[in-house]
Amino acid sequence: MSGAGGYDDARRSGGARIAGGHGRGGQEIGGGWEATHATGNANEVPDQPTSFDFDAESEAALAAIVKRYPPGKQASAVIPALYLVQRQMGRQTGSAWVPRVAMDLVAERLGMPPIRVYEVATFYLMFNTKRIGKVHLQVCGTTPCWLRGSDDVFRACKDAGHLKGYGDTSADGMFTLTEVECLGGCVNAPVLQVDDDYYEDLDYDRTVALLDALRRGERPQPGSAIGRQTSAPVGGALTLIDVPGE
Amino acid sequence: MALSDKDRIFTNLYGLHDWRLEAARRRGHWDQTAELIGKGRDWIINEVKESGLRGRGGAGFPTGMKWSFMPKKSDGRPHYLVVNADESEPGTCKDRDILRHDPHTLVEGCLFAAVAMGAHAGYIYVRGEYYNEHLVLQAAIDEAYAAGLLGPNACGSGWDFDLYVHRGAGAYICGEETALIESLEGKKGMPRLKPPFPAAVGLYGAPTTVNNVETIAVVPTILRRGAAWFAGFGRPKNSGTKIFCIQGHVEKPCNVEEEMSIPLRELIERHAGGVRGGWDNLLCVIPGGSSTPLIPKEACDTVLMDFDALREHKTGLGTAGVIVMDKSTDLIKAIARLSQFYKHESCGQCTPCREGMGWVKRVMDRMVDGRAEVTEIDVLEQVTRQIEGHTICALADGGVWPVQGLIRHFRPMMEERIAAYKARKGAGPAPALPLAAE
Repeated sequence: MSGAGGYDDARRSGGARIAGGHGRGGQEIGGGWEATHATGNANEVPDQPTSFDFDAESEAALAAIVKRYPPGKQASAVIPALYLVQRQMGRQTGSAWVPRVAMDLVAERLGMPPIRVYEVATFYLMFNTKRIGKVHLQVCGTTPCWLRGSDDVFRACKDAGHLKGYGDTSADGMFTLTEVECLGGCVNAPVLQVDDDYYEDLDYDRTVALLDALRRGERPQPGSAIGRQTSAPVGGALTLIDVPGE
Repeated sequence: MALSDKDRIFTNLYGLHDWRLEAARRRGHWDQTAELIGKGRDWIINEVKESGLRGRGGAGFPTGMKWSFMPKKSDGRPHYLVVNADESEPGTCKDRDILRHDPHTLVEGCLFAAVAMGAHAGYIYVRGEYYNEHLVLQAAIDEAYAAGLLGPNACGSGWDFDLYVHRGAGAYICGEETALIESLEGKKGMPRLKPPFPAAVGLYGAPTTVNNVETIAVVPTILRRGAAWFAGFGRPKNSGTKIFCIQGHVEKPCNVEEEMSIPLRELIERHAGGVRGGWDNLLCVIPGGSSTPLIPKEACDTVLMDFDALREHKTGLGTAGVIVMDKSTDLIKAIARLSQFYKHESCGQCTPCREGMGWVKRVMDRMVDGRAEVTEIDVLEQVTRQIEGHTICALADGGVWPVQGLIRHFRPMMEERIAAYKARKGAGPAPALPLAAE
């Protein structure tokens, strides 16, 4: 059947390709990708780097991670290894994402077929398979946050971050805006995750202030934006007043 | 009669105190651990059974019984303990507080559980977004190793036990125990068919038990204070203390550890400052995380917060994420947003879920506008019945239950929405058949 239908041909002729031709340097990586992987136009990623190597920091971390799993089960390290890639890309390029050539390296290092690594990298939401801005804004939009005003947080991110909407990266490369599902900070809703950190109890103005600070290169203290003690009620804890040993 | 502080297990729930080992010991953790382990595996399992502890991850399965499913002797394969810290059920944020503020009670609980199930290795699978929380947990584990509480002859118990932290990467489905195992093995988080159950064939094909964080973390205190102490809270078969996450339209959202079977109204009014605008402004409550069907105010007036009482109202305790909605809520939209959640999180393995979650979401989006026919409410209800129970795991069940709860209790609201839309836009020609399609 291959080649008979219009789908593959249309896909190949349109837009940038995952690998080869359009990347910086234009080097072909891993021939046969286009022929075997139906990725769909929306997911075709331009600007793929032509090489990736773990730096010393990542190498040391990977060696420690692989030891957590029994001999022969090193595939278990695929998620941690992809995190290392993403973090290293953030360090080196200012954009924390996982290029395809790095997935291939992870596959090689863990003794996995590359397709297994691609599957994992695309299944899990936290891996960015295309370039993102310097700061990743992740708005929780699920019902518990929505009830407490996540629409305002979204609006504030658009206004202060100069973003068109979810999926957008600002023209200056500063922010990428993503809608995420429940972050598990529901009693401190609404929550905005900025890279690794949760900012909680937000509203429109507090979100704008946060983005302004981020733009200045600051990293305000994560947690409640109204000074709450973590998940305790506003005004202070009503329980755990008299804790034995404290 | 509210729970008193001396009977709270999570004494650092809010992080008011130091989480580190020395302070945790001061608060009573890692006390008599080796002596208790010395009483033997059967004693531990029996105490947990006697305590009446039921799993805190949502399903409420009796923990002691689950542990007893592990083979008594190894057939050569290792046994594994896996702790489910992939807390992702909308409305649930309790395990987060244990991980970041009371990690040592979890680590100590892992050692007891490992002895009980004959495991020399354990993995704690933490959702990827809990980055800072996983750092605290890892630091607590490092401290425990340095103090000889983990590793060879852990805590002087004679039992060798290694404990590792493994991060997920943003997939709700990995909270399902077999999907979690797949993910831990380095694959996409797609649930496995059962049987075989993990106790027979789990992680790396070896006997495995997967328990929720809170379930494991309450075990050390149960063993120290005795099964009867824990069983003394709550109604029979619903015993113990429980962390509730009270949120939404309350004056003061918070987490709190309370006695099981506490009345819902008392829980909200005593700990969360009451419903915004007063109790009479209450519309409904989702009592146990997003998968549990909502209950209207009339039920909230009297219902007790435990497994059996909520079941009588065709809902459940789930993870005890209490989502409160007042009369200002666009309830259809609130439920439609949950439908969007389940559509997004379906792993795509089973057709009824992969296709069904999207279909339900699209119909619900039209219901939000009222851009539908009244007969389509019935079609929607019938389709959810076709999805329910026809998939490998319970994600799709949890995905359709909120919609069923909406139709069960607020059908007139949906009909009004449709009528209002027709009044606004003109009725148009009535379709010959209920469409409910795109």
